[in-house]
Amino acid sequence: MAIAMAIRSFLFLLLLFFSSLNPILSLYEDQVGLMDWHQQFIGKVKQAVFHTQKTGRKRVVVSTEENVIASLDLRHGEIFWRHVLATNDVIDGIDIAIGKYVITLSSGGSILRAWNLPDGQMVWESSLQGPKHSKSLLLVLTNLKVDKDNVVIVFTNGRLHAVSSIDGEVLWKKDFEAESLDVQQVIQPPGSDLVYVVGFAASSQFEMYQINARNGELLKHESAAFSGGFLGEVSLVSSETLVALDSTGSILLTISSHNGKISFQQTPISNLVGDSLGPAVITPSSVTGIFSLKVNAITIFIRVIGEGKLEVLEKTNLKTAVSDALSISEGKQAFALIQHAGSEIHLTVKPADDWDGNLLKESIKMDRQRGLVHKVFINNYIRTDRSYGFRVLIVMEDHSLLLLQQGEIVWSREDGLASIIDVTTSELPVEKDGVSVAKVEHNLFEWLKGHMLKLKGTLMLASPEDMAAIQSMRLKSSEKSKMTRDHNGFRKLLIVLTRAGKLFALHTGDGRIVWSHLLQSLHKPQACQHLIGLNLYQWQVPHHHAMDENPSVLVVGRCGPSLDAPGVLSFVDTYTGKELSSLSLAHSVAQVIPLPYTDSTEQRLHLLIDADQHAHLYPKTPEAIGIFQREFSNIYWYSVEDDNGIIKGYALKSKCTSEVADEFCFDSRELWSVVFPSESEKIIATVTRKLNEVVHTQAKVIADQDVMYKYLSRNLLFVATAAPKASGEIGSVTPEESWLVAYLIDTVTGRILHRVTHHGSQGPVHAVFSENWVVYHYFNLRAHRYEMSVIEIYDQSRADDKDVWKLVLGKHNLTSPISSYSRPEVITKSQSYFFTHSLKSIAVTSTAKGITSKQLLIGTIGDQVLALDKRFLDPRRSVNPTQAEKEEGIIPLTDSLPIIPQSYVTHALRVEGLQGIVTVPAKLESTTLVFAHGVDLFFTQLAPSRTYDSLTEDFSYALLLITIVALVAAIFVTWILSERKELQEKWR
Amino acid sequence: MEKGKGVMGSGRRWAVDFSDNSTAPSSRDIPDPPGFSRASMDQDDSAVSRQKKDAEANWKAQKAWEVAQAPFKNLLMMGFMMWMAGSTVHLFSIGITFSALWQPISALQGVGKVFEPYKDNKVDLLGPKLLFIALNLGGLALGVWKLNTLGLLPTHASDWVSSLPPAQEVEYSGGVIPL
Repeated sequence: MAIAMAIRSFLFLLLLFFSSLNPILSLYEDQVGLMDWHQQFIGKVKQAVFHTQKTGRKRVVVSTEENVIASLDLRHGEIFWRHVLATNDVIDGIDIAIGKYVITLSSGGSILRAWNLPDGQMVWESSLQGPKHSKSLLLVLTNLKVDKDNVVIVFTNGRLHAVSSIDGEVLWKKDFEAESLDVQQVIQPPGSDLVYVVGFAASSQFEMYQINARNGELLKHESAAFSGGFLGEVSLVSSETLVALDSTGSILLTISSHNGKISFQQTPISNLVGDSLGPAVITPSSVTGIFSLKVNAITIFIRVIGEGKLEVLEKTNLKTAVSDALSISEGKQAFALIQHAGSEIHLTVKPADDWDGNLLKESIKMDRQRGLVHKVFINNYIRTDRSYGFRVLIVMEDHSLLLLQQGEIVWSREDGLASIIDVTTSELPVEKDGVSVAKVEHNLFEWLKGHMLKLKGTLMLASPEDMAAIQSMRLKSSEKSKMTRDHNGFRKLLIVLTRAGKLFALHTGDGRIVWSHLLQSLHKPQACQHLIGLNLYQWQVPHHHAMDENPSVLVVGRCGPSLDAPGVLSFVDTYTGKELSSLSLAHSVAQVIPLPYTDSTEQRLHLLIDADQHAHLYPKTPEAIGIFQREFSNIYWYSVEDDNGIIKGYALKSKCTSEVADEFCFDSRELWSVVFPSESEKIIATVTRKLNEVVHTQAKVIADQDVMYKYLSRNLLFVATAAPKASGEIGSVTPEESWLVAYLIDTVTGRILHRVTHHGSQGPVHAVFSENWVVYHYFNLRAHRYEMSVIEIYDQSRADDKDVWKLVLGKHNLTSPISSYSRPEVITKSQSYFFTHSLKSIAVTSTAKGITSKQLLIGTIGDQVLALDKRFLDPRRSVNPTQAEKEEGIIPLTDSLPIIPQSYVTHALRVEGLQGIVTVPAKLESTTLVFAHGVDLFFTQLAPSRTYDSLTEDFSYALLLITIVALVAAIFVTWILSERKELQEKWR
Repeated sequence: MEKGKGVMGSGRRWAVDFSDNSTAPSSRDIPDPPGFSRASMDQDDSAVSRQKKDAEANWKAQKAWEVAQAPFKNLLMMGFMMWMAGSTVHLFSIGITFSALWQPISALQGVGKVFEPYKDNKVDLLGPKLLFIALNLGGLALGVWKLNTLGLLPTHASDWVSSLPPAQEVEYSGGVIPL
């Protein structure tokens, strides 16, 4: 008996040991880069400062619209160092001081930092405060040396500061708060230690202050009134002349100060252009004596020749971009000018004093998909023959950065990828049959060679060179970057839409750009002035029918920033990147609803809701309307008005009653509305299930073979509201006056299925909805910690369908279609846990059939992606689970969620400025593809329950093959031996 | 290969085989001793032979009952093993359960063969056969019961609904926060 007990307990221990081998997701050091890739970007460059010749190494420091400061290598465009500032820490200006520090002004002018030029380490940081909000200006006085120190002049928040560039100490400050002054510029005439502060007061008064840069003493104050008022900016033309526009934008003002007297000179623009074509804009530039005006599409270059006399240098209707001035020698300046002409750009470098004396004139072929040149930065270098050479850095419309030198593009960076706004995926073409024999042989040989090497590695026979060869072979496997569909569905195209309105197709194997397409290309500017790309949808995904057609995506855009602006649709072939067609819509686009129906060519039906709540059906084909009419009464839509705190549900009523008969337009009828009391609740987050999510089963088997039926409705909306007071920053309210309410709303009937209040909690809320559960993250003010909650929703009305015989015989109604109007009875289970990190984004893994267990992908504040098993967020967790529950895999309840360092999906990397995480199922059920984007891009494959349906990548096929061969050989040998033996026996 | 390997080597010149005990006259070159009649052994004395046959039939019947009862021991053994294996699914318990299922089935398949040696006109084998079958069925039942305790029989609702696809929804509602 005792022995039996011992054996039993031993068996139990053995079992426990096996079950404790949790599938922890981690990889070995040599597996980095096999399945994943990481790309670093900086975003659209706002400002670039070149190193001076003295510093030797050829680098450029840039600040970007993604709040990145980076030092780039001028030879290859690589990043030397990079800092990504927080999203609310917008960079206002950068400059270089004392040849070794990069000075940045950020956060609306309130933070001044210095970074060490070679390695990017922060040297000092000063916080600058001021009395009122104003423009922020940064000026480094390089020619004013005070004990080998450069003085940094910062105008911010209505106060002028002089800061030492060595330690960031404020040397002096001067307030400009008394006057209602709107400071436009801080000017330092070269060679003097005076600083001029120029601005407008009361919109018609021109003010000028002369300040001693050494001690901040106000030397002079002049002002003059101009009745016409001022518009926009002033541009400094020379040390004594400024140009500005009057409030109508039709008169050019030349402001000159001579011996303390300010004088205005008025020149109507129509005099310069001939016939005035609307308001003009002064392009900011710093070239002495020359400024440029933009009137509609015409650019005019004007020189100021003393005493307010103007001379028109050039009028052009080509798209033009001008750089700042670059001083090339004592008192001489040059600037770069780039003009578009067809598929080429013309780069000219001109000296400031001689318009026609071009220093350089080059034509460079430019890809049309890069659009217009937005910014130009010029730099010079000394050639080997001691003459000057020029290089220019240009920023294109698609946010890419290019270096031009000697008539060539030296390098280019696709920095548009730093601001992705939407992602979708597309399959690759199917592999064509008929591969040549030679190729197969070659491949076979390579394959064998590779596996022999691998075998050597596993048998520990490989030399270090062999190991290196194995590693490089694994990393550069041609298999993963092929342009054809693979059996496991790992190779796909990621179609991304960037803020610049450019589509990119990235290969999932290595992240390279397969094609790119700029939506607003050069040839169609008149159709839509300011196209804003909004969203991407899968338009056509051929898989059953229409296999010979290429898949396509729908890009929804809008002309201009307002909601009522007309929409633009563009259909792009995902294999080639060519635009198939584009539509300029007559109506606006407020919402796009992909419907769960496709036509015979696998085009998905989409419903576009305009601002007047008309629904427009696309594609506009008779077939589509036929499909739509069949389902007409079952299609609903809802809108979330987070400003008013109302959620409204609509049904479609009838054809539009407009003067123009439109078969594809439908009126909506309001069915229900959920109004949140504005004094106590404000909508802060909504989330729904993904349309393409696949759920394997409706039943959840719990301990003791019991069944719970999941409430799997696609028409569920999770809404989180918070007290209006508590919608600010964490810590701005006391726990008593802050609360968070979570709702689950059925969007067909408007029924609230569940409501829960978290007292003493506040947003921001990040939520993810999948299957029958929602997980959300918020801050608990009482516990001073972040919390994550899970709500699971179950269908109680089906709970009694448990008769085995009925199920065996199929006499149940579990698979019959259900309606939200049947008001199914639901129960919810929920639980909350503490969580250490604050979040940037949250997503969930998705697999092809939905069988594999789920993992939450948490984008942490440290810009990493953490995988957390859904099992940790199971509301059935308890402190002491029963034996049966343990067998089911329920983890004992703990008050906080564990963070296992090995389960960081991004391992040692960081996806700077993380914005979103997208998961795409692979064809292999165990595997899901994860794409995280922000300023950086990161892609990897995940197997939440490990790759149970395939052999691992490092499986040694060669070893298997050799074993089989050896076994077969052994069988033959022994067979022959035994035959021989038998024969001998018989002969005896 | 086994016997007398060394002797049977190439050096063998002659050999006498003492072990020949065959009864065939052809293999004999030595005449029978006087008074010994080989034929008398084979001849049947009717009375003796009937007695002998009865004894044999009795013996066969007894043996058949013994064979029929043999699975009972097996049953006990199996029960003990099953209890040892516990009620969780793992290699050991599955192996035992499947052998518990397989043994009775294979035994039932070979009922005829098992009782073949005891086949006799005078022996009634029905009783032993029935007992044998009953005991084996008992063993089978034990195996099935074990299978059920392991949870491998589809006797619960969960076994039938666990892969039911989600029900279709009649209505479709879409929408997001305005773009």
